[in-house]
Amino acid sequence: MRPVYCVSGGVSKFAKARPDKTFQAVIKEAYDYAIRDIGLDFQQFTEIVDGSVASYFSDHFSRQLMAGIMAQDYLGLCPKPGHRVEGGGATGGICFQEAWKQVASGYMDVCVAYGFETMSHVETWKGNEFIALASDVSFDYPVGGFYSGYYAMMVTRHMKEFGTTVEQLAHVSVKNYMNAVYNPYAQKHQRLTVQDVRNSPMVAWPLTRLDICVMSDGAAAVILASEDGLAKLEKASGKRIPRVKVSGIGKGTDAMRMADRPHDDYDKFMKSYALPHEVGSKETQAYYKKLWAKGFRYPGVHSFRAGRMASKQAYKNAGIADPLTEISFVELHDAYTSSEIQTYEDMGLCRYGEGGAFATSGKAFMPGVKYGLKLKEKPICPVNPSGGLIACGHPVGATGLMQGVFALWQLQGMIKKHFKDETLQIKNAKRGAIHSHAGTGTYVTVSILEKEA
Amino acid sequence: MPKKNTNTKREENLEGTILFNVPFPKKLDKQSLAALKEMTPIVKRQPYHVEYLHSYGQDSPWFAGLANRVLLGNRDPKTGYTYPTPRGSDMYTGAETEWVQLPNEGTVHAFTVCHFGSEEFLPETPFVLALIEFEGANTLFLTRLVGVDPHEASLDWIGMKVQARYLRNSKFKPTDVYFVSADAGDE
Repeated sequence: MRPVYCVSGGVSKFAKARPDKTFQAVIKEAYDYAIRDIGLDFQQFTEIVDGSVASYFSDHFSRQLMAGIMAQDYLGLCPKPGHRVEGGGATGGICFQEAWKQVASGYMDVCVAYGFETMSHVETWKGNEFIALASDVSFDYPVGGFYSGYYAMMVTRHMKEFGTTVEQLAHVSVKNYMNAVYNPYAQKHQRLTVQDVRNSPMVAWPLTRLDICVMSDGAAAVILASEDGLAKLEKASGKRIPRVKVSGIGKGTDAMRMADRPHDDYDKFMKSYALPHEVGSKETQAYYKKLWAKGFRYPGVHSFRAGRMASKQAYKNAGIADPLTEISFVELHDAYTSSEIQTYEDMGLCRYGEGGAFATSGKAFMPGVKYGLKLKEKPICPVNPSGGLIACGHPVGATGLMQGVFALWQLQGMIKKHFKDETLQIKNAKRGAIHSHAGTGTYVTVSILEKEA
Repeated sequence: MPKKNTNTKREENLEGTILFNVPFPKKLDKQSLAALKEMTPIVKRQPYHVEYLHSYGQDSPWFAGLANRVLLGNRDPKTGYTYPTPRGSDMYTGAETEWVQLPNEGTVHAFTVCHFGSEEFLPETPFVLALIEFEGANTLFLTRLVGVDPHEASLDWIGMKVQARYLRNSKFKPTDVYFVSADAGDE
């Protein structure tokens, strides 16, 4: 494998609906932005780019098969190599990693990953039905297929196991919405209180509408390159591109049916799933022994084994020993406030069972943003500084790539340029993690981006 | 505790008017062609209906079981690892699983009350989804929990003893079986 650099990115404005343009034209907004940002024009870039990977989740939403090739020809990328990837909510994250592989393997020097989703072409509840078809249509969907319902079951188990509260969940919503106030790309701009989140209409107990991300139309594009690719791009533009390396990727999976997930014992957890910093700590071992003694089993339906495996692999590849202190920020897949809390645990930002307390501690908040909350601790590793899926929106195939773009801009120190506001710029951001998540935790990717000294 | 739902928005639907003509410039010149860029988009209704022949394949006996008021599960013949939701092959040994009868009673492991849902299930809201544990089974089973008050959701429901009930007229869907509190008595 050779080093892969994240070079540039673009994001279309995420909106409830984009009837003004077809999906190809929305992708082109993001694509053109990414090209412009490295100082090239369309033809210069077309000459250099070796190929693409396309990302979109559902053929149902657009009622269009082979949408990927329609984007490929619209972007003028034919006859260069390209293919579509699909993996539910993690499609964008998988696409990012597939593009990484094209470059890391030596197959391409410059690869563009682009993704989109147009979810507005059907009514919201029909859209929920399409999404629910991403659950077993023999045994899950017919029982009352509804992703918010599936996640709410995880929540009730998490609350029962660990004492997690709905107010802790609401802190995530307040944080992500407040961050997004400073992100012009976000679909939603509103300042909320914990009470606002709890007072909003109940969707699937105990998750309210403000605990849940919205459906969106949108697109994103990321350009990845090898060292040779960087040289070609810089030669064409005459400008130096800041070096942000993709220093590690990881991916995990779990059973489609939540009901089929194992309930493993302490020894199996420590052997197969614990992170090195957990294995190495006597105190953490004692903490987990106590959890198991109380009846905790792993992963059950409260934890995402796929997210843990993705994190474990990515950390190993990037040489991360203590994620909380060694990662400057995380853009993670907060389709639900609860899944952000579950993901804190999977990613090892805190231990399993501590996600609720972590959410209210302040450690995952942004310095310099006023949340109207009493937070005991200072920010250590801001999570979803962009506003995440909850506030930015979740046009599925674009989401994981959007995270890549926002992470890149953070590491380039260019938030002010792109957001026209520097509130969300994390000072001295050195290393960021992006986390993309599908289904009820079926496919999860974690990729690490790092600023080169 | 959460307050009652206060939905202040009318739900949208796709009902509309059939349109046979739209405004367009009467004369096409340079100016009016350029003005086409300023047009709002045409958005039309596009229905799509399809019927599938869905085979339950090797899982079929499970549905036949429900039609006969029997809850089946699959078990690895050697390890005894038991799945309440059918699975023809064991995840850990790769062995073909065998059929076993599951107990009619179980325990609520997790649940939710759906106040909204996918379009197909919207008319049934609020309904309760639950994951059930069975004595002797290693994994869970997704079902509807019936007979609890959806407006009084409580974490105390977790751990509740429940019993299986069956539809008399089978639909050959997993909802041919559902669960009620074990205290609900006989049908």
